[in-house]
Amino acid sequence: MANIIEKILSRASGKKEVMPGEIIEANIDCAMVNEITGHLTIKYFHEVGAKEVWNKDRIVMVLDHTIPAASVEAAELHKIMREFAREQKIKHFYDVGRGGISHQIMIEKGHVKPGDVVVGADSHTCTYGAIGAFSTGIGSTEMAAVFMTGRLWFKVPKVIEIKVDGNFRKFVTPKDLFLKVAKILGVSGANYRGLEFKGSTIKDMSIAGRMTICNMAIEVGGKAGIVEADEKTLEYLRGRVNGPFFIAKSDQDAEYEQSLELNADDLLPLVSCPDAVDNVKPVSEVEGVELDQVFIGSCTNGRMEDLRLTAEILKGNKVNDRTRLLIIPASQDVFLDALREGLIEIFLLSGATVANPTCGACYGGHLGVLASGEVCLSTTNRNFIGRMGSTKSKVYLASPATAAVSAIKGRITDPTSFKGD
Amino acid sequence: MKILGKVVKYGDDINTDYIIPGKYMVLTDPKELAKHAMEGIDPSFIGKSKDAIIVAGKNFGCGSSREQAPISLKYSGTKAVVAKSFARIFYRNAINIGLPVLECEDLWDMVKDGDQLMLDLESGKIKNLTSNKSAQAQPLPEFILELIEIGGLLNKLKRIKG
Repeated sequence: MANIIEKILSRASGKKEVMPGEIIEANIDCAMVNEITGHLTIKYFHEVGAKEVWNKDRIVMVLDHTIPAASVEAAELHKIMREFAREQKIKHFYDVGRGGISHQIMIEKGHVKPGDVVVGADSHTCTYGAIGAFSTGIGSTEMAAVFMTGRLWFKVPKVIEIKVDGNFRKFVTPKDLFLKVAKILGVSGANYRGLEFKGSTIKDMSIAGRMTICNMAIEVGGKAGIVEADEKTLEYLRGRVNGPFFIAKSDQDAEYEQSLELNADDLLPLVSCPDAVDNVKPVSEVEGVELDQVFIGSCTNGRMEDLRLTAEILKGNKVNDRTRLLIIPASQDVFLDALREGLIEIFLLSGATVANPTCGACYGGHLGVLASGEVCLSTTNRNFIGRMGSTKSKVYLASPATAAVSAIKGRITDPTSFKGD
Repeated sequence: MKILGKVVKYGDDINTDYIIPGKYMVLTDPKELAKHAMEGIDPSFIGKSKDAIIVAGKNFGCGSSREQAPISLKYSGTKAVVAKSFARIFYRNAINIGLPVLECEDLWDMVKDGDQLMLDLESGKIKNLTSNKSAQAQPLPEFILELIEIGGLLNKLKRIKG
């Protein structure tokens, strides 16, 4: 009668069973840092006099927040990471031009397996639940402890079950599904909780879509999002990582704190309005809001599936004169695939700017930073005041389909009415 | 461990971008980070951060895992944060860097900006010295109290190492 998260944490802590609320210490299968959190971890690691990391093959270091370095300060952070990776002989270090956004890399390059316990010094580490792992974000100091010991304490979370059945209509996507969940649960509705997604819609969903919904678990406070591994997962992992895997599945009579049931057939394109992720409305209610910028990319929506959908809509169309469209593939591999499929050409012909993989635009770091009074529709995960630039700018969150159609129209537009004119 | 400070009050869902905006993530000096504490929502905070006790609503610290958020508060002179609830990663980060955090549902309604507060971390008792009212926070588990008293996880790791 255990759920998937309890099973994974039992195994990682060497216990027969664990209960929600129980504090356990778990072995960490893989630990990830980026340059803005990793430089602190490295500083602390040295400060306490640690000499060697617990396992140089189980640490993944990624430069992704400011790629390539946009300032001397950013370059210094890169340098700290690079030197540490060399000194400690870290096997998986992704320098500029070699990787991309960490959360994409972790799955794409096979650093995460089903059943693993993974920590990352970035809140969107919850993305890896997409392949049936327990993964969660931690801070830099705890990461220093993980670098030293390979272990960390966790409170076993209560779990909310989200069961989704039915089929999405054209131009309705996993992003819209998560925005619906955010509307129902609210921004703290899953605080300290795990979210397990299941049902026929999830079974039919690509790994990319599962990554989108697990990625946003943190936006409702979630400790982890998770989907049990299935044939689709194993097919995705083939050639990326070798088994055997620990495939955990919730028991039929597993206990949940709360259960939500949703029908994908009923779902409409949604948009999260400024300045909170749970301020969700049907796109039709905010249609007409004029847009200065549209951004398609990020760890939430920067994968091939997202870019193909974008290209399907942009093909033969132009970005509206009043609007700038910025497209950023989530990784070098995604960029290359998009190039080979001819998607990049479609983007450029439409008038979009295509940039190299980086987190920059999403958090107002660099690339596409917003001026005061500007409005952006973005496929990212946060629309807090000032998130993408000026504290006097506004950010709406939506799917790549809504973003692409809105870029053509220059204002927020419901993609389900798009005919490809 | 007793903490004396004055109230700076905020509402619900104060996220880490408000506490320290993303553009400052390239800064490495905690004192430089501290100059921008709460800038995303209240640029005037720096003028009142010395000996501040932030009293906030639900879900304080939601969003990013950036430890720079509690670091910027700690180095700005903020003594503690008392909120109705905290986001998970911020809560762990604050304790790990030695910034005291207490959960208290009732305090928010009984304080105003500038009130003098006395917190007793062991018992969770909070006294508003300005209005003479009292509130009870969730007492901290012993291992968390221990971490705060020695100044955070880093000092504990040093001891283990030593």
